[in-house]
Amino acid sequence: MPRPADPPAARPDRDAPDPRRKATVRQRLRRDRTLLLLCVPGIVYFAVFFYLPLTGNVTAFQDYQPYLGFMHSVWVGLDNFQALVQEPEFWTAVWNTLQISAVQLLLYFPAPILLALFLNSLISTRTRRLMQTIVYLPHFLSWVVVVSFFQQIFGGVGTVSSLLNDHGLHVGNIMNNPDTFMLLLTSESIWKDAGWGAIIFLAAMASIDQGLYESAAMDGAGWLRRMWHVTLPGIRPVMIMLLILRLGDILSVGFEQVLLQRDMVGADASEVLDTYVYFHGVVDGDWGMSTAAGLMKGVIGFVLIVAANKVAHRLGEQGVYQ
Amino acid sequence: MSTVSAPQFLRRRARRDTARPAWMEPPSPAGQALKLVVILGMIVAVGYPFLLAIGTSLSTKAELAANGGYVLFPQHPTLEAYRVVLAGGVVTRAATVSVGVTLVGTALSLLCTVCLAYGLSRPGTFAGKPLLLVVVGTFLFTPGVIPNYLVVQELGLIDSYGAMVLPIMLNAFNVIVVRAFFQGIPDELHEAARLDGAGELTILCRIVLPLSKAVIAVVGMFYAVTYWNSFFNAMLYINDSNKLPLQVILRSYVIQGDTFNAKALGVSVLPATTALSMAVLILAVLPIVAVYPFLQKYFVKGVLTGAVKA
Repeated sequence: MPRPADPPAARPDRDAPDPRRKATVRQRLRRDRTLLLLCVPGIVYFAVFFYLPLTGNVTAFQDYQPYLGFMHSVWVGLDNFQALVQEPEFWTAVWNTLQISAVQLLLYFPAPILLALFLNSLISTRTRRLMQTIVYLPHFLSWVVVVSFFQQIFGGVGTVSSLLNDHGLHVGNIMNNPDTFMLLLTSESIWKDAGWGAIIFLAAMASIDQGLYESAAMDGAGWLRRMWHVTLPGIRPVMIMLLILRLGDILSVGFEQVLLQRDMVGADASEVLDTYVYFHGVVDGDWGMSTAAGLMKGVIGFVLIVAANKVAHRLGEQGVYQ
Repeated sequence: MSTVSAPQFLRRRARRDTARPAWMEPPSPAGQALKLVVILGMIVAVGYPFLLAIGTSLSTKAELAANGGYVLFPQHPTLEAYRVVLAGGVVTRAATVSVGVTLVGTALSLLCTVCLAYGLSRPGTFAGKPLLLVVVGTFLFTPGVIPNYLVVQELGLIDSYGAMVLPIMLNAFNVIVVRAFFQGIPDELHEAARLDGAGELTILCRIVLPLSKAVIAVVGMFYAVTYWNSFFNAMLYINDSNKLPLQVILRSYVIQGDTFNAKALGVSVLPATTALSMAVLILAVLPIVAVYPFLQKYFVKGVLTGAVKA
């Protein structure tokens, strides 16, 4: 499509003011119409499937009735939130979520860092590439597949359970045990995503000045000291950035992952906020209250990110955004 | 001639691969052994579940019964389980649905992502900054399950294939990655094309897209994997069992332990249950494992571009 309005912009002219800025709104609309038309489907998509549902959160303040829609449902103020905090099941969900998050933070968060340190220590590039290919792969499997894999190994007749049971260690079915559920979740997360998470740390390590290592070695630092004083400080900004992001997700622990295993261990051990919202809203039709729970979760996560970022700035770190 | 050059080639390769800076101390034998153990451990941790599933899916009923569960290396491998699973019953239909949703969804996602990314990639476009904010704003907050469900319901998408495609069609992160890549293409190419009379669409199709094959491949793979793996949307929005995708079927047979029904599978005699469920499992990972090696070399770069620019 030829664009008659454009030639002046294509000719660099140092004395004239920038013609792209000078144009009136109408001219600019006309000039950019192709580009704007290209944006339409995507922007409409985000409006319908992101911003419109966002406004749907008003049901948290309504006695929502599906046949009335949120235009006609009755406003009830904060009643839903009040009912929610009086619900013991809700607090079970909150407590489980926080516990699982804490375990994940403690055990899962360092896993990609350790893995990246290990991969970075492999000098042979061929071995390193091979190992990277292998450890990234599980990231692309679905949670259904990951849980299936774990079941064939740790389930009732799974190979590891059978082996342990045959040798007098009665572990039974590890997949069904509410006591070890958090550890199970965490090991699944590590198996699936530690490799993928290591990518960003590997990139950060690759950008560390090699001269630092050399001079540290000249000063007599062994590999352990070089790791401690050169590598770890080198990846600190990335570590803090990911820690902040993780903090924002503290109230959302792997929805699909937990949902898939909820039947096996029971709701007492596995109900997290996301599954609570799903089962009470979509399944039981308690729309208002579960939207309230979802909204609370979202707002707390958002506040946590902003706060953590502020703290990071105070401590002289870069954080997630400026 | 060849007997001499081959070892030489190998030796040179080996030396280059283990190039160690002069200041670095040689590794201790104990350290090297430990590294080897860790490497082998990682290979086993990732490889073993796959091998176990493959072995079991190829086993006969008698062999599985004798082993009490799973078999790593079947003595008499048989493709019976795959024959049954692909005979045209429930699993075949689910696999067809998954393939269809993945192909159509990926095509739609890529089209919209490229269009939006290109529309936002040119400097000085009218309303470009607010539109970019609309995209980036989606990072901040997630609408939540219930409001999403209500929107899908209002649009009349319940029980339609659209419910498996539309709610996850665009990913703001992917749009930003593609946009960043487009912006890396030198402006001179745009200017030259424009002087030759090319419009934006011609520039996009004839210049920008051919230069962006790598990033399109990566983002396309991300979308395809998301569609292929998506399970929650189908569970939430699809009640018609004829329209369920493979992941949901896999969940009901493997994780929830539903029993295989000979009639639903369209056969008369069933092989062992575990062999069947492992065959479904392998079917569910096959496309990913098949495509992965070809795209693996691109995606690290793609991911990092996104991480830095976003």
